[in-house]
Amino acid sequence: MEPIRTLRSRTVVLPASDVDTDQIIPARFLTTTTREGLGKHLFADWRYGPDGAPRAEFVLNQAHASGCSILIAGHNFGCGSSREHAPWALTDFGIHAVVSTQIADIFRNNALKNGLLPVIVEPAAHRWLIEHPGAEVSIDLDSSTLTLPTGEAIRFPLEPFARYCLMNGVDELGFLLAREAQISAYEARRGQA
Amino acid sequence: MTAPLTLFEKVWRSHEVVPETPDTPAVLYIDLHLIHEVTSPQAFTVLRERGLKPRRPERTFATMDHSTPTRTEQVFGGAPISVEAAARQVRELERNCAEFSLELLGLRDARRGIVHIIGPELGLTQPGKTVVCGDSHTSTHGALGALAFGIGTTEVGHVLATQCLLQRKARTFAVNVHGRLPEGVGAKDLILAIIGRIGVAGGTGHVIEYRGETIGALDMDARMTVCNMSIEAGARAGMIAPDETTFRYLAGRPRAPQGAAWEAAVAGWRQLPSDPGARFDREIDIDASALEPMLTYGTNPGMVIPVGGAIPERPDDPVFAKSLAYMGFAPGQPLREHPVNVVFIGSCTNGRLSDLRTAASLLRGRKVAAGVHMLVVPGSQQVKREAEAEGLDRVFIEAGAEWRESGCSMCLGMNGDLVPKGHYAVSTSNRNFEGRQGIGARTLLASPLTAAACAVRGRITDPRELL
Ligand code: SF4
Repeated sequence: MEPIRTLRSRTVVLPASDVDTDQIIPARFLTTTTREGLGKHLFADWRYGPDGAPRAEFVLNQAHASGCSILIAGHNFGCGSSREHAPWALTDFGIHAVVSTQIADIFRNNALKNGLLPVIVEPAAHRWLIEHPGAEVSIDLDSSTLTLPTGEAIRFPLEPFARYCLMNGVDELGFLLAREAQISAYEARRGQA
Repeated sequence: MTAPLTLFEKVWRSHEVVPETPDTPAVLYIDLHLIHEVTSPQAFTVLRERGLKPRRPERTFATMDHSTPTRTEQVFGGAPISVEAAARQVRELERNCAEFSLELLGLRDARRGIVHIIGPELGLTQPGKTVVCGDSHTSTHGALGALAFGIGTTEVGHVLATQCLLQRKARTFAVNVHGRLPEGVGAKDLILAIIGRIGVAGGTGHVIEYRGETIGALDMDARMTVCNMSIEAGARAGMIAPDETTFRYLAGRPRAPQGAAWEAAVAGWRQLPSDPGARFDREIDIDASALEPMLTYGTNPGMVIPVGGAIPERPDDPVFAKSLAYMGFAPGQPLREHPVNVVFIGSCTNGRLSDLRTAASLLRGRKVAAGVHMLVVPGSQQVKREAEAEGLDRVFIEAGAEWRESGCSMCLGMNGDLVPKGHYAVSTSNRNFEGRQGIGARTLLASPLTAAACAVRGRITDPRELL
């Protein structure tokens, strides 16, 4: 995984609450056996009409959304299915941070493993972000802050190990593999050496 | 004296390979890893890329359920699987299991079924175990007193390679349920009411333990229905303390311990329930005797009301308005008597034998209303055989319903079993998300009894009227 320290981008705002992973990527696109190319199916049923043509009114189809890598989402983003295809679709599309007041557990876990930053902010900052689509925002992992164009820096919680992995490009599998001795000792204790 | 512990804490502690610290999550050992065709292929790719092998192949168990066909001729008759990409996933899982020496219950195996139905059914799921699967409804297995939760595909790879996961300890949440469930009200109504109360994000970061005499009185099938939908409240997992009902259910199952090992296992399982005085981070109380049959009206499972109730009004909430517009409903509207097009009985929530018995009890001697398409899909091949031995298949077929091979089917419509656009489907599954059962499909979640009543009348019906 590529190390990430900072992210700077204009925001794109999708204010709906309880956006589930079936919306992020509908089940009919889960028949793939690879991780690549899912960006074109991101929010498929909201982005495209029945004839397959993009819906002009959907925010990700609008000109100002192009090149934005920070998504401001509504409360409780990513609930529902555990499909990792959801963060794969988002990052493939070019989204590298999701900002909300709450992000569902499994989605947040999956996001962190794919270099997609889950950023949880207080309702007041969230409201400001929702009301200012296209704001130029920067996110700094080292200080765990999101800085608004007003200069206000908002701290957000980030599990220290997840931050370490993101900033150093460490993958968890390597970390676990390096615990081989402890895992073997545990198995021996449980009587299955 | 040691401090009193909850069921969750006991299972957690006994699986800590390395305890968590402020800087690092715990390394948690996984006893049982279940995989299926949809969320595993990319994990095997990682194993291949990194030259890794499964550390404990005997602890991973594979089945196919999500995209598999339910038409007998496509499962057994040699007809091609109609969804080409699904056929490819099935072949890929066969290849991966062969290459990495993992046990697979393939398409034609008599033990195959929805992953969360067959784990308990085969006795693989046991009290005190850690159970994971690349699927959010892994919470189902908590009904047996296991710590069971869904993971992503990257983590599927972690478990294959190391038999471990990096995890932060969740907070605990006691849902205390008291009183007797009234007639016509079942486990599905109970869990829908709980989700309605705490909301779809209410359990985030928590493991729920369902407690109280109402839970103790439920049979295992009903307990699994409750734990299954813990994820719909946002919870990491749901658990129920193992008791005599659990032990009776497991005794003699093919993968459960046998003989002297059984006695030793049960003695250990008896130590698992939360100690008296154990503290939970959060607690709520539910009066089961006041519950009614429940039905969802919106596009998440927390949007739920008693079947005889009216849709709430929230004039200043655009998300709520959008959800109702998708459903074709208006604020304040009653659901009763609204026409129904499709009825689906099945899924890991309500695809077990007792669910089919309940639905059949209402359908016996009655007909599915003209114009209603009713699909009954058993949760596993074993459930199918047991149902057929009791003649339940005849009841469904004579009423005018379709009877299929097992699988996830119309719960998520990956295999082509879809609800047409704009149609109203009363479904015993667990998610009423936009498009979940097909593009533009309108899902109303209900119990098997309510679903059967709606099928008979072709309209939203309180099942108590037909008892
Ligand atoms: S039945 Fe539905 S919820 Fe259950 S595992 Fe299958 S797709 Fe998921």
